[in-house]
Amino acid sequence: MSELMIAVPRGALFGESLDLLDRLGIDTTPVRDNDRRLIFPEIGVITMRPSDVAAYVEHGAADLGITGKDVLLEQAEREVYELLDLGYGACRMVVAARDGDDPLGEPLRRRGSVRIATKYPRIAGEYFTSTGRQAEIVEVKGSVELAPLTGLADAIVDLTATGTTLRENHLVEREQIGVMTARLIANPVAHKLKAAAIDAFVERIRGLDIVAPR
Amino acid sequence: MIHPVPPGTRDVLPDEMRELRSLTERLLSVWGDAGYGEVWTPTLEYEEVLQRGDRRAAGAGFRTFDDHGNVLALRSDMTIPIARMVANRYQHVEPPIRLCYFSHAYRMVKGRSGQPREFLQGGLELIGVPAPHGDAEVIALVLEALSAAGLGRHRLGLGDGALYGRLLENLEVPEAERGPLLEALARRDLVELGTRVDRLRVSPASRALLERLPRLRGGIEVLGQADGPVSAAVENLRAVYELLAERGVADRVIFDLGLVRELGYYTGMVFEVYDPAVGFAVGGGGRYDDLLGRFGRELPACGVGLDVHRVHIAQLEEERQK
Repeated sequence: MSELMIAVPRGALFGESLDLLDRLGIDTTPVRDNDRRLIFPEIGVITMRPSDVAAYVEHGAADLGITGKDVLLEQAEREVYELLDLGYGACRMVVAARDGDDPLGEPLRRRGSVRIATKYPRIAGEYFTSTGRQAEIVEVKGSVELAPLTGLADAIVDLTATGTTLRENHLVEREQIGVMTARLIANPVAHKLKAAAIDAFVERIRGLDIVAPR
Repeated sequence: MIHPVPPGTRDVLPDEMRELRSLTERLLSVWGDAGYGEVWTPTLEYEEVLQRGDRRAAGAGFRTFDDHGNVLALRSDMTIPIARMVANRYQHVEPPIRLCYFSHAYRMVKGRSGQPREFLQGGLELIGVPAPHGDAEVIALVLEALSAAGLGRHRLGLGDGALYGRLLENLEVPEAERGPLLEALARRDLVELGTRVDRLRVSPASRALLERLPRLRGGIEVLGQADGPVSAAVENLRAVYELLAERGVADRVIFDLGLVRELGYYTGMVFEVYDPAVGFAVGGGGRYDDLLGRFGRELPACGVGLDVHRVHIAQLEEERQK
């Protein structure tokens, strides 16, 4: 049993997170070989949906976790330490709308607000508030690109890596909210009670020289 | 048919109630023997009065109006009500004043976080004893009470909530930069903190200290790494530690120089209590030397509040491990 339990997200960050653990000398072969198993106590790893990582870490079910900055911003109430920017998994949070016309300006001028579909209601809401525009936020769980094409919303706020999905759906990026990378987070109690182990883990990652240059 | 209770509240049935009662009695007996008298204050207070103690009324989450239109708030902690009570009722009593309590407090919870809106707090307030003796007395009594309750693995993270702010001041960091830095620290966002520190126009040594300080935690040796601009606060922590060593409880202390507590009335030393069985702090407290003065009686003070339910969870886990 490893001293530290780390929550690893299955999803876009999965492969690079396992690569990172491998480079730290944690043999992740059992995780790679087992698609369905979720708990790997022998190497101190649990796997889960990316958006669940912060909850597991906050409640102390895992001491450390890897998750995207987008998850941390969207779940800002989670009481976790954000220890490191791991640099990988970079995606951009953008406002996108249909090609051609003035899809944001028109509704703002004529209806006073713009309707935004998103999986990130908090990030979207705070972004529009902070830029002095009224937005009506519609939360959806799945393919958000559908919303502007069907008239559900004027625009979307979503995460994009290459922009391919946006282009395929004839959507154009209008504004960039920010760049989201993978972060290492820690439970506040573990951060004190297992300080030496956590600091050693962080230093080993810093030693790999993958941490995003500031 | 099921009749719901509001989320974040709950019923307590006889088995649990018996254990909670026995837990609070064990805590109370330690505090009672040390000369602390148990008190009660109203669950509802005038919001205006709570705000005198802390601008945000210590984060009160529930408000209502009385028949004259006054705003009443459900208390969100016991420190402010007790400060008010001491100013009202102990006007002519010579300090020190030693009080303890077991009371429900109420807070708004964020989202579906699984946190309670109503929680039982047990704690003490030591009024009129300055640092470091007052700090050490309160900390020792928390640690001793938890041991009496059967906990064996609890630890106490000890720091100074004003430390980082004072460091920024002493290093002459521009005012406009201080707020965002302190905010990042309060949010525990060490990535943002590091990015902002890197951009500051201060000497490389200062930059290194600003980056390192929030991560400094461990035994008494960490204090040696943080002298210089913050030596006064660090000296107080060292003095508290020596007093705790005399009482034989210093081995439970972890220094944590990045510790901040969210309530606005703390003026110096702050601490949090941890148990490996609980993912959240089971309690916390600190020194609040200005609070009594806001109610008209200038006295230094220090206190602690434990979340009784979380201590109970730690107690259950302790029994299970035996």
